[in-house]
Amino acid sequence: MKKLATEEREGMSLIVGTVTHWVCAFIVLFGLYIVAYGHLTPGGGFAGGVILACGFILLMLAFGRKRLAAILPLSRASALDCIGALAFWVLATAGILFGGGVFFRNFLPLGKRLRLWSAGIIPLCNVAIALKVCASLVLVLVALSVLRVKAGGTDEDFITDIEEK
Amino acid sequence: MVYLLCLIVFSIGIYGVLTQRNLIKIILSLAVAESAVNIFLVLLGYRTKGIAPIDDGTAANFAGAAVDPLPQAMVLTAIVIGLGVLALSMVIAIRLYHRYGTYDITKIRKLRG
Amino acid sequence: MLMNLIVVLLMFVAIGAVIAIWTRDLLSALIAIGVVGFTRTVVFVLLRAPDVAITQVVVEVLLLIILIRSAVRREVHTVEAGRNAPGMAVAAAFVVVMLVLGVIAIRELAPFGQPLEVRAGDAPSMTYIKEGKNQTGCGNIVTAVLLDYRGYDTLGEATVLFTAVVGAVVLLRRKSRKSADEAAAPEPAAEAGPAIDPDGDQNLRIEQEETE
Repeated sequence: MKKLATEEREGMSLIVGTVTHWVCAFIVLFGLYIVAYGHLTPGGGFAGGVILACGFILLMLAFGRKRLAAILPLSRASALDCIGALAFWVLATAGILFGGGVFFRNFLPLGKRLRLWSAGIIPLCNVAIALKVCASLVLVLVALSVLRVKAGGTDEDFITDIEEK
Repeated sequence: MVYLLCLIVFSIGIYGVLTQRNLIKIILSLAVAESAVNIFLVLLGYRTKGIAPIDDGTAANFAGAAVDPLPQAMVLTAIVIGLGVLALSMVIAIRLYHRYGTYDITKIRKLRG
Repeated sequence: MLMNLIVVLLMFVAIGAVIAIWTRDLLSALIAIGVVGFTRTVVFVLLRAPDVAITQVVVEVLLLIILIRSAVRREVHTVEAGRNAPGMAVAAAFVVVMLVLGVIAIRELAPFGQPLEVRAGDAPSMTYIKEGKNQTGCGNIVTAVLLDYRGYDTLGEATVLFTAVVGAVVLLRRKSRKSADEAAAPEPAAEAGPAIDPDGDQNLRIEQEETE
């Protein structure tokens, strides 16, 4: 009997599921905090985006892929990825239009020191980068986990049901 | 010295890339070499008895005591790019495993069209 | 004192690296890579780099998840060993030559604890530290450097991550004859890739690095 190497398990045990129920929201909240205060405390867009992705991936690992697809299907993750990258580029190019002709000019007002709404375009850049990083990493891990592998097969044996929503 | 140890870890990684036969081990050796380089870059920027480069107005002599922020920014970039490259390498390794049934690079010689 | 601590931690990294590369069991190798990553986090915290430490620890966790998910399967857990004596001798000679040249180069470096900004007063880092808060309004100088002074590098990094993820997703799709239904969501993502960066040669360089 030839078993497929990676079967899709429908999640893990009850203990993992219960703890995930409590912890997942905190992880996402912590990620949002790291992104939002990236210009005042250590953190920033990249670390916060990876933490957000870890929150969603915990949901997928504990409850199976279908539970994640109810919140964040692949098409939406891919669209958010593109939106994040495009937003970052739009913010950079807006420096040309509003800032006086220099790419990446910090054109929004600098605001009061050390408040949340300060430092020009830097918080907005952090949000765009976090969106992009989170969606990218969720996309890669969901694509890896829908894989059903058979060793030594040709391309016709290679099955992915990555199109399902 | 600490720089010498970083160089030794980097050499271990390079030796692994050159001599290992298993594809996964080659990818792991690449990760080890990249780790050594990142540590080396942050070591270059350290100031003796320095403080972290977060200026919130409470440090008395910030400009005289902060460590160098430029290598840290570069290393942040390098860590995230390393994640992306390693993920893509693992996906390529998976596809090779489908095609040839093994991870051994001495058997993955025939390029089938 | 700090240097001794970092030397001990780097020895841990070296031992972890040796175990990761030369063990037979694949799962042990991945756990050793995890050890290397978490020791790096401690080293970054000791070197007063909290931003880098936060990023390193979460990236290490995610990397372990990706590696274990893709590499550890029920059939293949051990690694075939083989000896290739001439190849190993050449590789060892190359590494020894590189080590000797590296030791000669390390003597030219400044002693540990004196970065460029101390030795040369008009280094860019001094400008970033002195004027950073006034010019950008950011408390976190590392974020200010990443997003304001060196914004191009962050744009390049976003492009590299985007390309890597699009490449990974495209590689994991079924290569089928009917391509009409396959034009699902990642296809517009592949279109949007070159449209993002205004100077097109950045994408070319990045893709060359990843196909080799």
